[in-house]
Amino acid sequence: MSKIKVTFEKLKEANKSALIPFITAGDPHPKDTVQLMDTLVENGADMIELGIPFSDPMADGPVIQRASERALNNKVGIKDTIKLAKDFRKTNKETPLILMGYANPIEAIGVENFIQLIKEAQIDGVITVDYPPEESREFVKKLNEQKIDSIFLLSPTTEDERIKLIAEQASGFLYYVSLKGVTGAANIDIKQVSEKVNNIKKYSDLPVAVGFGVRDADTAKSVAEISDAVVIGSRIVKEIEASEKNHIFSNVKKLVESMKNAIDSSKAQ
Amino acid sequence: MQPYDLPDEFGHFGQFGGTFVAETLIEALDELREMYTKYKDDPEFLAEFHSDLKHFVGRPSPIYFAERLTKQSGGAKIFLKREDLNHTGAHKVNNTVGQALLAKKMGKPRVIAETGAGQHGVATATIAARLGLECVVYMGSEDVKRQSPNVYRMKLLGATVVPVESGSKTLKDALNEALRDWVTNVSNTFYIIGTVAGPHPYPMMVRDFNSVVGKECLEQMPEIANKQPDAVVACVGGGSNAMGIFYPYIEHKDVKLIGVEAAGEGIETGKHAAPLTSNSKIGVLHGNRTYLMQNAEGQIIETHSVSAGLDYPGVGPEHSWLKDSGRASYVAIKDDEALEAFHNLCKVEGIIPALETSHALAYAQKLASQMSSEEVILVNLSGRGDKDINTVANISGISL
Repeated sequence: MSKIKVTFEKLKEANKSALIPFITAGDPHPKDTVQLMDTLVENGADMIELGIPFSDPMADGPVIQRASERALNNKVGIKDTIKLAKDFRKTNKETPLILMGYANPIEAIGVENFIQLIKEAQIDGVITVDYPPEESREFVKKLNEQKIDSIFLLSPTTEDERIKLIAEQASGFLYYVSLKGVTGAANIDIKQVSEKVNNIKKYSDLPVAVGFGVRDADTAKSVAEISDAVVIGSRIVKEIEASEKNHIFSNVKKLVESMKNAIDSSKAQ
Repeated sequence: MQPYDLPDEFGHFGQFGGTFVAETLIEALDELREMYTKYKDDPEFLAEFHSDLKHFVGRPSPIYFAERLTKQSGGAKIFLKREDLNHTGAHKVNNTVGQALLAKKMGKPRVIAETGAGQHGVATATIAARLGLECVVYMGSEDVKRQSPNVYRMKLLGATVVPVESGSKTLKDALNEALRDWVTNVSNTFYIIGTVAGPHPYPMMVRDFNSVVGKECLEQMPEIANKQPDAVVACVGGGSNAMGIFYPYIEHKDVKLIGVEAAGEGIETGKHAAPLTSNSKIGVLHGNRTYLMQNAEGQIIETHSVSAGLDYPGVGPEHSWLKDSGRASYVAIKDDEALEAFHNLCKVEGIIPALETSHALAYAQKLASQMSSEEVILVNLSGRGDKDINTVANISGISL
């Protein structure tokens, strides 16, 4: 069974939602990435999404765009991202690790090569933002052969027929993008999200994570109440960007802690 | 022989094209594809489109025999398809008229566009004003600085111009930003893409709207030249003017189709914008798979050309297909050769061509000299060069 699945099952038994923070590899500096990942885990991350820097991140808002630019200025691309993941795995064998990125860097180093490298790094899942299911059947097949989960996005405009199609190809969990727009956009409408999540669950037994627009503990709590996992991306990247160099880790710790507490309190009896 | 019927229903030209976008855009693209399929053969829609092309744009554009240019080159006769005489001064307007009419049919009150040099932005702002649509144009902040007259033109036409500060601050980043806007405002917004790139159905739709250029040539060439051309030459950035004139000729197998990319300072220097000629790797950008200028790890690299309209790291997927299938061939012309052709056409024919077009002209002259006087070359004179006079003057060390 995949580590992602095991994690979700444990959380389900405890009646909890997962906290999935996102950071971009190599931001603010490659030497900080593993320590940041450890900080996320120590303070409550159930899984980690690690962003692969890309020169043209068209689905991302300004915060994650800037993180990508900083990482690229540090010469961190797809290969270094996987190396950093491998470094993280030296001390952490348990926490599910998901790569999130765009198709071009993956194709540039070769799909087979990419899958081989991430297998060696013990990466558990991949989200390829601009690979809709129609264009990624082969890729998904190859991932699954290596027991790596292929995680897909669903959006507020995804119709039922399509939810079915996506659910058929997805594994690990489904990632519901809670609003129209790019990462880090406006606030989300909980009632609407709740209806959508329930609708998705009609078509799939996979856990549903909700992301894009979760920017404070209260929102995290509300989202946790209606979903299986809360993804927090831009808010954390922004904290990293805004923090003075020697406060990055303590600020991220505080932020993740508060999110974790909020999420854990959501389903408490 | 099988008729040419690409792309397939998923927008593939062989291995190229497709729909590589985030899930958040799929629904919008589905809607667009549905509506385009509905209207593209609708007599009423087509009547409106062609009426606007005739009365607002000034079509058909003439074909002109460049007699002195021909004599100077020595060889094949050179004919020019005068897209520079269109309203707004370039071929770009054909496509924007089509897409804006579609936006109106779809009940979208707001249109957005990306622009590099500003020609597509001006064309979009123009048709938006004509149809009473709100218009927002994304433009890299570097281009905003380089192309201030076009920025002011767009503003005069009532458009909002948004400078884009991300990435390399040029055309590709403007495209990224327009896609982000579209994702966010998808319910009331139509994205008018300016070239034969982007996700399906854009490469097909932009080609179709712009193929009015080639269709006219099919009729005009026998009248003015007594034959169809032996070669059709057009410049290629994203490749919309080239696709517009190539497409109706694809099944005329004895007509050579030649796309001219920007070699910048020379292919060997790496400072160019010629993904096809430089044998770039295949990649995925802006929603489609195509030849793409990138580094070993798939990061898009910066391009260079004296002409902002050719300054794009990718190329429309259909051009990648035409190259691989052998139906079209692609060459590249350097900045200095294009500038020479620019000055030459001004002096020899009394036409100021766009710097983009000057690449096609430079190659056409080379080619003509290797052909016989019985043969005929048709060049798509895709735009006029008034927009470029500041750039050219600067290079010549003249301040206007």
